[in-house]
Amino acid sequence: MRLSQLEVGETGIVKEFTDLEMSVKLMEMGCLPGEPIKVERIAPLGDPIAINVSGYQLSLRKREAFTIVLQ
Amino acid sequence: MKADIRVALVGNPNTGKSTLFNVLTGLNQKIGNFPGVTVDKKVGYCTLPDGRRAEIIDLPGTYSIYPKSQDESIVFSVLADKTNPHTPDLVVIILDASNLKRNLLLYSQVADLKIPVIVALNMMDMAKKADITIDVDLFAKKLGVPVVPISARKVEGVDQLKTAISFANKIALQEDSIDVSAIAPEMVAAISRELHIDNPYLALQFAHQHETITFLSPAENERIEALEKEFSFNSQKAQGAETIARYAFINDLLYDTVKKPVTAQDETFSNKIDKILTHKVLGFFIFFAVLMFMFQAIFSWSAYPMALIASAFVWVQDSLHHILPAGPLTSLLVDGVIAGLSGVMVFIPQIAILFAFISILEDTGYMSRVTFMMDKLMRKVGLNGKSVVPLIGGFACAVPSIMSTRNIENWKDRMITILVTPLVTCSARLPVYTLLIALVVPNRNVWWLFNMQGLALTGMYVFSLVSAIVVAYVFKFILKGKERGYFIMELPVYRMPRWSNVLYSMYERSKAFVFQAGKVIIAVSVILWVMASYGPGDRFAKIDQRYSQAQYKQTMSADSLSRAISSAKLENSYAGVLGHVIEPVIRPLGFDWKIGIALITSFAAREVFVGTMATIYSVNGSAEKMESVYEKMHEAKNPQTGQPVFTLAVAFSLMMFYAFAMQCASTVAVVYRETKNWRWPAIQFAYMTVLAYAASFITYNLLK
Repeated sequence: MRLSQLEVGETGIVKEFTDLEMSVKLMEMGCLPGEPIKVERIAPLGDPIAINVSGYQLSLRKREAFTIVLQ
Repeated sequence: MKADIRVALVGNPNTGKSTLFNVLTGLNQKIGNFPGVTVDKKVGYCTLPDGRRAEIIDLPGTYSIYPKSQDESIVFSVLADKTNPHTPDLVVIILDASNLKRNLLLYSQVADLKIPVIVALNMMDMAKKADITIDVDLFAKKLGVPVVPISARKVEGVDQLKTAISFANKIALQEDSIDVSAIAPEMVAAISRELHIDNPYLALQFAHQHETITFLSPAENERIEALEKEFSFNSQKAQGAETIARYAFINDLLYDTVKKPVTAQDETFSNKIDKILTHKVLGFFIFFAVLMFMFQAIFSWSAYPMALIASAFVWVQDSLHHILPAGPLTSLLVDGVIAGLSGVMVFIPQIAILFAFISILEDTGYMSRVTFMMDKLMRKVGLNGKSVVPLIGGFACAVPSIMSTRNIENWKDRMITILVTPLVTCSARLPVYTLLIALVVPNRNVWWLFNMQGLALTGMYVFSLVSAIVVAYVFKFILKGKERGYFIMELPVYRMPRWSNVLYSMYERSKAFVFQAGKVIIAVSVILWVMASYGPGDRFAKIDQRYSQAQYKQTMSADSLSRAISSAKLENSYAGVLGHVIEPVIRPLGFDWKIGIALITSFAAREVFVGTMATIYSVNGSAEKMESVYEKMHEAKNPQTGQPVFTLAVAFSLMMFYAFAMQCASTVAVVYRETKNWRWPAIQFAYMTVLAYAASFITYNLLK
C-alpha cells in the first residue's frame, strides 16, 4: 500500500520509502518509518495532497506520496 | 557599526523568526548581500540590558542544516565558517512550541556544531491554546542550554531573551544529541585529523557539503573527496541514518517534557477554514476574488500617491529651473537626475501596496494554500503555484511583481516567472494602447453592448497573459534546473497577520528597490537625457540660428516658436539621429524615424512614448495633451505617399511591439537586483526584443 492510494480521512503508518533522495527530505520533515499519517485533503485539481504527520500539516505531490510505503 | 556580540537567529520557516527579528531590532536594520549569492542578508542591532550592543543577523528559515536551496545553504556557511568575521558568537534558535518535534531537528543539528546556543520557545500562547504543556525547566536541563519561553507576536518574554543573550556563555555547554561518530567513524576521524577539526559533526558536514561551501581551500576539498571515496561514503544514506537517530533523540527528549491532549481535536480551526478556502469550487472563486481585489488595489490605491509624487517632482523641477541659472549643468540636474529620481520614487506606492498584500497572504498562511491549489495547473507550463501572484501583479507593474518572486523556493520556477512577468500588460502600457487604439479602432458598439475600443484593449490584456504562459512553457524545456523539482511543503496553521510585519515589509521592499534598482534607473535616465538634449556637430547651434531669424519671430507666437525649436532639436539630437539610423531596421514593421525616436526615448519607461510623440509633433499645451497628441497623430501624413502614417497596420504593429519589447529600464534593473547576474536581464531583453520584432513584423504584414 502506498500513501498515494489513501483516500481523504484514511490513515496509515509509514513503513519504508522507495526513493532514497526523496526519503531523506521526507524524514527531515518528520515523515519517518513508524510515524502515523492521515490524509487531510486533496487539492481541488486532484494533486497535490495534504497529510497530517508529526503534529502538523504537510503537502506533497502524488508522485512523491507514491514513494512512501505504508505498513 | 561595531557590535560587542554577534547573534544569529536560526529557525524553521513559519516560526515567527522575522517577527522576533523585527521586535529585537526595530527599524535599526539593513539589508545587504551575502558574498557571491543572491540571498539577502538582514542585519540589525539591539541594545542588551547590560548596555552592550548586539548585532543580530536573521538567517533564512530552514527545516534542516542540509540545504535544499541557495537561501538555506547560507545557514550552514555562516555557522561553520570559523574564519569569517561574521561568524556568530551565539545562536538563538527559535522553536515553535506548538510544533516542537519537527522544530527540534534543526536545533539538534545546530547544537552539535558546538556553537553557544539559546533556545527561544516561541508561540507559547498558541501551545497553551492547544492544551500543550511544556516543562520548560526540565526541557532546558535535558538540553543543557538556556530556554526562554516567548511570544514574539505579543512581545512577551523578549526582555528575558535579551537578558539571556547578555548572560550567554562563550563556550558551548549543550549536551550531545546523537553519537555522530557512529555514522561514518573512520571517515569522520580521518577528516578531523587532516583538517584539524575538533568537532566530529563539523567534519561530517564538510563531507556532505564540501561541494557547495566556499570557504574550504581546493586542497582541503580534494582531500575530503578522496577520503569519501576511500571509505565509500554515501551522503544520502548517511543523512537518512542521522535523521532517524535525531528523531529518536527528540522522541526521548519530548517523552517527559511535553504533554499533549490525549484526544486530538480532530476538527481544528485551521481545518475548518481550509474546508472553505481550498474547496473545489469556492476555493478558486475566493482566490480569484482575492487576486482581483489585489489588482484593483495596486491599480487604484496607488494612483493618488503616484500622482502626488509625480507632481511634487514637477514642482521641484519647475522651481529649480527658476532658481538655478539656465545651462547644461542645471538641465542635467533637473531634467536628467531629478527626472530619473522621480521615475524611481513613483514606483514606491505600487511596491508598498503589493508587498502589504503579499505579507498578509504569507503571514496568514493563505499563500501556501494558493500554492497547494494552483500547483498542478501551473506546473504544466513550467511555473509554480506561487507564480500566480507575480503574474497577476504584473498587470499593475512588473517591478514589484518580480521582487515578489523571492518566495518561490525552486530556482527554475522562479527564473521562468521572472522571465515572463514583464510580458503581462502593465499599467505603463495602458496610455500607449489607449492612444493607438483611439487612433485606429472606431468608437462604436458591436453586438449592442461591446465597445470596439474596449474589446481591442481587453484583447491586448488577454493576449499578454496567453503569451506569458506560452513563453513560460517554452522556457520549461530550455532552462536546466539545478534542483530536482519536488513539492514537500508545510501548510502552516492560519493566523492573524501581524500588522507591524506588514509595515516592515512595505518599508523594507521600497527601500531595497530605491537603493538597489534606483541607481540603474537614474543612470539610464541620464543617458537618455544626454541623447535627447545633445546633437552631433553644430546641428543645435544651426537650429537656434535659423529660428532666431526675424521671419520666425514675426510670423509665429513665442509658444509655437519654442515648440518648433524643441521639435527640430529632438530630430537632430543623438536620439533623433539614432531614430534615423534605425529606420531601415524598423521600416519592415511599418515604423518611420519619428516612431524610432519614440522607441528609443521610451526605453526608460513605456509611457514616455506619448510624451515623445507630443514633442515630435510639437503639440501645444499639457492639459489636454492626450487629445492633442491624438489629433496630430491622426493628421500625420507620409511625406512620400500622402497617406496617413498611423494606419490600422502601423498602430497594431506598434502595440505588438510594446506588448513584447522590454521597454522598461526599471524592470531590467530589478531583474538584475533579484538575480544578481547581468546574464538574466540580458537573456530577457534579447528574447523579448526578438519576439517584439517578429510579432510586429507579422502583424504589420497581415494588416497592411
